Amino acid sequence: MMKALLELHDVQTYIDQYHILHDISFEVPKGEVTVLLGRNGAGKTTTLRTIMGLNPAAKGSVQYNSEDITKLSPYKIAKKGIGYVPEDQGIFEGLTVGENMRVAMKKENESTHERMEWVLDLFPDLKTFWKKPGGQLSGGQKQMLAIARAYMNENELLLIDEPSKGLAPIVVEKVMESIQQMKERTTIVLVEQNFLMASRIGDQFYILDDGQTVHQGAMEELQENETLRKKYLGIA
Amino acid sequence: MDLFFNLAINGLATGMLIFLLAAGLTIIFGLMDVLNFAHGGLFAWGAYSGVWIYDISGSFLVAILGAIVTGLLLGALTEWLIIKPVYGNHVQQILITLGFMLVLSEMLKVVFGPNQKSAAPPAYLDGSWQLGDVILIKYRIFIILVGALVYGITYFILKRTRIGLIVRAGVMNKEMVQSLGINIRLVFMLVFMVGSAMAALGGVLLAPYSGVIYAEMGMEFAILAFIVVVIGGMGSFTGSLLAAILVGMAQAFMAYYVSELSLAVNMLLMFAVLIFRPQGLFGGKGEAA
Ligand SMILES: Nc1ncnc2c1ncn2[C@@H]1O[C@H](COP(=O)(O)OP(=O)(O)OP(=O)(O)O)[C@@H](O)[C@H]1O
Ligand SMILES: [Mg+2]
Repeated sequence: MMKALLELHDVQTYIDQYHILHDISFEVPKGEVTVLLGRNGAGKTTTLRTIMGLNPAAKGSVQYNSEDITKLSPYKIAKKGIGYVPEDQGIFEGLTVGENMRVAMKKENESTHERMEWVLDLFPDLKTFWKKPGGQLSGGQKQMLAIARAYMNENELLLIDEPSKGLAPIVVEKVMESIQQMKERTTIVLVEQNFLMASRIGDQFYILDDGQTVHQGAMEELQENETLRKKYLGIA
Repeated sequence: MDLFFNLAINGLATGMLIFLLAAGLTIIFGLMDVLNFAHGGLFAWGAYSGVWIYDISGSFLVAILGAIVTGLLLGALTEWLIIKPVYGNHVQQILITLGFMLVLSEMLKVVFGPNQKSAAPPAYLDGSWQLGDVILIKYRIFIILVGALVYGITYFILKRTRIGLIVRAGVMNKEMVQSLGINIRLVFMLVFMVGSAMAALGGVLLAPYSGVIYAEMGMEFAILAFIVVVIGGMGSFTGSLLAAILVGMAQAFMAYYVSELSLAVNMLLMFAVLIFRPQGLFGGKGEAA
């Protein structure tokens, strides 16, 4: 089997004095979409933040491209090629859409401009409100901007936290479509509560419960396994 | 009429000096979330080093540049030695920066002697122009122009350059800036140095304006600068300019009419803002520029 792009081994994370992640282990194969599932408060967001170094792991290890990134600072982790779309989208509200995109551009030259063009082809809507402050966008537009921005650098891996959260179904559809397109070019770790969407895009899943990875499998397995869905996700 | 005009010029000049101190303070707070009570110390160091360099070099321009360099170096040292260990902890920041303020003050006395020093503008900035029945004191006009220039340059950098974009983004969301691969600590250091240099510039400009400098001057101006930061909105650069002018004007007019109340009036202004618009006149996390 090919070596995974990202691996977490027995990761434990504290936020202040609270022990949030107890034992998280999973592997993310290159080119696939790995979905993290679990109830509210299971530790999905904290897991992504631990990978980014925003809440660094106290124990265990995070390996990226066979390199130990557990203790690196967030900007170094990002520079290794990991893009992050946080749960709250992290839009710079006072900056225009264009400026939001440019913060992510390390330099401005022909190749980065080409990449910008290409990202904008994936999210053509962004062009129409290019000069609008990020704070004035709708929820769906913000989500598109957050994803597009994470894609500006030549990232090999995208961490996307609940992109469908709080969006109208038709907007969810649009966001999911763009993620589907990006799937062709990047490896993705997706946190998604919307099981329908998750099963459409995902290749494999991990279930988190109380800060631990408790189940894993191919996405189809979960579709067939009602007991598992009921037990950990509360859905039939 | 000419009295009004003179007081206004006076207020504007004072306002610009306060602005130079407040601008660094507000951006450092907005970006780094650091309450820096040592900032006034940089102001005093700018004044002393500038006056000293002026004495030995005879060139006011060299004195100004020297004060700026002093500010940059002291700023780097302060960030590295004093601020870095206490990021994220406001109580520790207040204690350690207040302590460092005293150290900076005492060090001035050790290095330059305990007595206050006198300072005068260079000949070409001394005296005044007569415009009809209005008298324009050259040095005050000079201060206003330098303040406007510093505002203009900084505004341009914030609005039009990549580093400015990063600073504005950092004021809004530090974590996200890092998650996009930017070393925010480096940006912190840079901003701290530039903010300190502005304070030092304010100090050296104040010296010939007030005629004397003394170690505690930093503390006194820092109080005004803090009032300005609150009125202008923490983290708002343009807010700090407008609020500084407001406070400078209030200071100048009150000093003329009821001098005992001039600081009280500014305190009142600040309380009014805190009560009716606690985010400051131009605050709100939206815009650093
Ligand atoms: N800053 C914090 N301080 C203390 N506890 C926290 C903090 N952030 C998260 N937690 C706790 O950590 C646990 C995991 O939170 P996390 O946000 O990772 O869950 P999640 O799976 O993403 O949930 P959701 O589906 O609601 O987004 C929760 O019990 C939460 O209360
Ligand atoms: Mg979450």
